[in-house]
Amino acid sequence: MKTSQYTNTPIHIPAPLRSYTGGQSIINVNGGSVEEALNDLVHQFPALKQHLFNEEGTLRTFVNIYLNDDDIRYLRQTSTELSEDDELTIVPSIAGGCPAVSFG
Amino acid sequence: MLKLATHRVVEKEIQRKNDLVSVTDIIREIGETPLLTLTHITADLPASVSVLVKAEFLNPGGSVKARSAWRMMSEGLRSGALSHRKILIDATSGNTGIAYAMLGAALDLRIRLVMPANVSESRKKIMRAFGAELELTDPNELTDGAQRRVQEIVRRDPDRYFYPDQYNNPANWQAHFDTTGEEILTQTEGGITHFVSALGTTGTFTGVTRRLKLHRPDVLCIAVQPDMPLHGIEGIKHLETALVPGIFDISLVDEDMRVSTDEAVAMTRRLAVEEGLLVGTSSGANVVASLRVAERLHEGTVVTILCDDGTHYLSESPGSESSP
Repeated sequence: MKTSQYTNTPIHIPAPLRSYTGGQSIINVNGGSVEEALNDLVHQFPALKQHLFNEEGTLRTFVNIYLNDDDIRYLRQTSTELSEDDELTIVPSIAGGCPAVSFG
Repeated sequence: MLKLATHRVVEKEIQRKNDLVSVTDIIREIGETPLLTLTHITADLPASVSVLVKAEFLNPGGSVKARSAWRMMSEGLRSGALSHRKILIDATSGNTGIAYAMLGAALDLRIRLVMPANVSESRKKIMRAFGAELELTDPNELTDGAQRRVQEIVRRDPDRYFYPDQYNNPANWQAHFDTTGEEILTQTEGGITHFVSALGTTGTFTGVTRRLKLHRPDVLCIAVQPDMPLHGIEGIKHLETALVPGIFDISLVDEDMRVSTDEAVAMTRRLAVEEGLLVGTSSGANVVASLRVAERLHEGTVVTILCDDGTHYLSESPGSESSP
């Protein structure tokens, strides 16, 4: 069920970024889309901003955002709408695993 | 010749404890990698300054980790702590896992690897191809979470496992003291002035630095880290926000240098296009830092490590950047 602006969505924070969220691994944010949810997250914890977004304000290439089990790049990117019971997860693109360098 | 003689001593000791284990030729190929001079990337440097790269991607299994994995496993085999009755278990983000898996196949040993679920599919496939068993942990806890999981498994059934613990096992850095560091001294005829190495388990940096400083205390050793806690430089750690490996000795660091993911990725591409070296992003980070060091010099020999082969990095991902 689609809801409005006021969807309350938990975002799971990866271990390396928890020093910027006071040690919390889950933060509840408001917003009707992934973009709004992320904006609320960096509004609550401004020090997170430079770690998630580049100077142009777009998500850094090695930061993956999952909506439930799906990478938002396979959905509607940051415009993806959020519904009740959705969960977001910030997943580092490497474990180190796969920063997929394109040589092509 | 040194390589063969050293191998024979180790092999005899292994056989004394484990008569069922036989060391195969592929294991004898670990180490004694070439030291290559970068030519095109360094075109702006004076002729009196050179940047040399240790081609660790040419090791069996495609990475520097063959050295430390074999040292930890051979010590286990020599002491009897590792045998056909045990399962080798460790946490890994990829390369050490591949090295364990390759060695396990060659030695007919069972290998169980614990890693964050976001390790790339191609790496998981390589480990499985060598017959290793994989357990995946929460990607958001990175390798620290995988380490905690291994400790939990081993605590429950300690007799079943051999746990080398690459982050805390002195054999990890000793492999580099005895082999990588020694080789760099021989290959530069003792002329190295600067050593640059990124920190992962910190084994390469710690072992090579200790060996170099024993020879010449004035060799400057530069440790490389990602500039941010969340980054895309595979296999290396941002130590302020990670579990610091027990083998790390901060007193060995002459200079702490930070490299961004974008810089490392751009240099990784340049190494392929301009030097014919298809390597991973940690190698790119090492070369970025080495060039920064070299640009400050009027004279000197800067040595760094090309940690692993780049073919693992070619798998398509929605996060991949388009090339310039």
